[in-house]
Amino acid sequence: MRLIVPLQSVVQGRGGLIFGSLIPCALFYFLQLYLKRHRSPKPQSNPPSPTTSSPKLAEMTRTSSRSNLFSRSIGQVRISSRAISIAKPNESPYYIGLDKASEDPYDRLSNPDGVIQLGLSENRLCFDLIEKWMSENLGHSITGRDNGELNINGIATYQPFDGTMELKLAMAGFMSHIMGGAVTFEPSQMVLTAGATPAIETLCFCLADQGNAFLVPTPYYPGFDRDVKFRTGVELIPVHCRSTDNFALSITALDQAFNQTRKHGTKIRGILLSNPANPVGNLLSREMLYAILDFAREKNIHVISDEIFAGSMYGNEEFVSMAEVLDSEGFDKNRVHIVYGLSKDLSLPGFRVGVIYSFNENVLAAARKLTRFSSVSAPTQRLLVSMLSDARFIEEYIKTNKRRLQNMHALFVAGLKGLNIRCADSSAGLYCWADMSKLISSYSEKGELELWDKLLNVGKINVTPGSACHCIEPGWFRCCFTALAEEDIPVVLERIRKAVENTTDLLNSS
Amino acid sequence: MAIEIEQPRVGLSKVAVSKTHGEDSPYFAGWKAYDENPYHETSNQSGVIQMGLAENQVSFDLLEKYLEEHSEASSWGKGAPGFRENALFQDYHGLKSFRQAMANFMEQIRGGRAKFDPDRIVLTAGATAANELLTFILADPGDALLIPTPYYPGFDRDLRWRTSVNIVPIHCDSSNNFQITPEAMEAAYQSAESMNLKVRGILITNPSNRLGATIQRSALEQILDFAVNKNIHLVSDEIYSGSTFSSSEFISIAEILETRGYKDAERVHIVYSLSKDLGLPGFRVGTIYSYNDQVVTTARRMSSFTLISSQTQHLLACMLSNKEFSENYIKTNRERLSKRYDMIIKGLKKAGIECLKGNAGLFCWMNLSPLLEKPTRESELALWKVILNEVKLNISPGSSCHCSEPGWFRVCFANMSEQTLEIALERIHKFMEQRKRN
Repeated sequence: MRLIVPLQSVVQGRGGLIFGSLIPCALFYFLQLYLKRHRSPKPQSNPPSPTTSSPKLAEMTRTSSRSNLFSRSIGQVRISSRAISIAKPNESPYYIGLDKASEDPYDRLSNPDGVIQLGLSENRLCFDLIEKWMSENLGHSITGRDNGELNINGIATYQPFDGTMELKLAMAGFMSHIMGGAVTFEPSQMVLTAGATPAIETLCFCLADQGNAFLVPTPYYPGFDRDVKFRTGVELIPVHCRSTDNFALSITALDQAFNQTRKHGTKIRGILLSNPANPVGNLLSREMLYAILDFAREKNIHVISDEIFAGSMYGNEEFVSMAEVLDSEGFDKNRVHIVYGLSKDLSLPGFRVGVIYSFNENVLAAARKLTRFSSVSAPTQRLLVSMLSDARFIEEYIKTNKRRLQNMHALFVAGLKGLNIRCADSSAGLYCWADMSKLISSYSEKGELELWDKLLNVGKINVTPGSACHCIEPGWFRCCFTALAEEDIPVVLERIRKAVENTTDLLNSS
Repeated sequence: MAIEIEQPRVGLSKVAVSKTHGEDSPYFAGWKAYDENPYHETSNQSGVIQMGLAENQVSFDLLEKYLEEHSEASSWGKGAPGFRENALFQDYHGLKSFRQAMANFMEQIRGGRAKFDPDRIVLTAGATAANELLTFILADPGDALLIPTPYYPGFDRDLRWRTSVNIVPIHCDSSNNFQITPEAMEAAYQSAESMNLKVRGILITNPSNRLGATIQRSALEQILDFAVNKNIHLVSDEIYSGSTFSSSEFISIAEILETRGYKDAERVHIVYSLSKDLGLPGFRVGTIYSYNDQVVTTARRMSSFTLISSQTQHLLACMLSNKEFSENYIKTNRERLSKRYDMIIKGLKKAGIECLKGNAGLFCWMNLSPLLEKPTRESELALWKVILNEVKLNISPGSSCHCSEPGWFRVCFANMSEQTLEIALERIHKFMEQRKRN
């Protein structure tokens, strides 16, 4: 306090401005010096541990997460602006819910009050088949034998960054098989990546510059926000789809979004599609694929078709890949790029196996060089070549998987129907797209998030709210059912019922 | 049948068409020559011997023995219990057991002189990804990193291509064995400033990749002081730390930090990998060890683009947490590399060639400047071409790694058998004899 008065008088005096700035600067400098000298010394031999609050989890309340970030001396050295935005506590319910469920996971026997995870599209239905195959085939199949002697040379040394030809051949065969044999994939047009996540990012780096944008139909997979935007500086422009036509994509909507964006001075470089769609689970018809390709040609933009759920079909509709359409018609193939991966159809997300499939030689050339940052691990390549080449196993797996998927889907959707919760029509995916709009207090994002919170914290089930997927209509939720056993379904339904017990217009009407 | 290559009418990004990947450089002719005519002990004895690839093949037998005796590492055991959790595991924190094993391994390599906290380890699919990731985090497009020359040519691509960050070299020369000096660092910093580039960090490789030598304690202290002074980051790529010929000669930046009580640690980040020390580049295993919480958090999230296969994490967690294996491996690997180094130095000396005194790595830094017609890049390139096309050896010229003095070459010795190395040395000897006669 005693400092302020003299300062004021100084500022008001003749030398005001100079002293008014010099003195505070000097004071600030001495304050810094004082603080530096008196900073408490850190303990000797052990490196400081990171702050114990799980960095992966952001608390719902903003204030506590902010204080965690600044509570210990982070140091004054600067990180990039890119990094700063990524370092911010993640407030998306998609991630918050995933964390909450993984911290207190439901187990029928050992943790029956835990959170049931319906927010992660993971397929656990056919692990018994894969485990059996592992037991019977693994042995030393990853290291290989050379005259009976173990030989690690084949997998230890540098491999082609974009994947071995053996694995590309095996993947090409597998992809063709799961898409019903309607299309053949050329191994030479494949680039393998450590999961579909880097496949999407790599394509974005190749097709668009910083500041450009991709059109993406909504609702979409929350991960796209990270995959496309984190490091590339490319934007995503939503093209809204509505429940009135079962969230089908319309060329009119695409066109409107394209024109709007162009008016604002942003260049659209392509369309990012998921087919089968995530989170809705519907398919793009052959006619729609033609229409999209026509649109892309007219605007001279790219099309990325993420077909990662192509092998997770449970409906009767036929899946048509972009590749199939290109094969049959005279479309310009240079603008089409397909993404695939083994995380969903073969339940191996941990193994990190993704595919970029392109018809554009220049994109392939660039993508190949970029795979040095995200290659598939050699032992995994070896293992998968073995597994994917086992035609009998793959045949049985695909058949059984489809059957079990159909079964779970039917049970789950019927169960929700019994609670008067309708699902959008869908044919594929590991989830259903449920309309809980009648259960929310106010028809808004706020109302939706309140229901999400109630389901998570009261009902102890984690589902993904539509707002995390940029859905324009509130009240929709993605519920993944493939990590459940049949016995878990009644538990889930009961919990939903309990959580919304006091909501009006409940589950009484049939 | 003529194949018409349609000109793509739809545009690509600047990144896609940029030449920053560096593969159009003349030095790729060396790789091409090898690919087209690779040496083979029995079937192609006149082929090109690859001495430009820093790969460690001297200790494969140790890895093979371990895998033979521990099938649970590569197969999850009978009935595959734990398989499904492993197959589903895509958490960017990485397997705790693997991070613990990596931390222990890194401590063992440093003789226990530094401690590593597994929670500060971020996993990436290779050191290439780790270095790029750090660059994304520490610098904005247009900023600069200072790197001492000569440096690994891959940095030009890995650190600049997608990040749009610049590299400003810190020039080192033979007058003091290419050591990094405060004057050189300051000069580089000023140079960046004069180009209006904001310097965000200094990246050192210790042991050095090109020189095959560790950085001395005094230099490390000066480098850290410089980083503190300028308030920038310090990235220490210690990928060859387990490939020092004696365990006592390598000093990690972690040790310097420890003696300083971890003051100023939040600007230091260490990159490590199993590609060199363990000879497993195909496995794609890299790590970032950061003393900065924000960097750890951000790097973890970014690592989603470059996760290590959970199968590989499981395998390596088993292998590296086996103390008997890891201790024996580190010791034996060092001895064998040391022996190879002695062999090549002796062989080169016999041929009248001197090398920089080295104590680490999979290569040596050879001085052929006496052979140059003129002390210029062109002369060096001409000499390199002769060695490639006539002597049939692919070695790396100094100009490909920004060395300011012409005539220096990096020669790798660990990616071949001893017999092949003998053949290579014979060829060099013959070549030098011929030159003497002419």
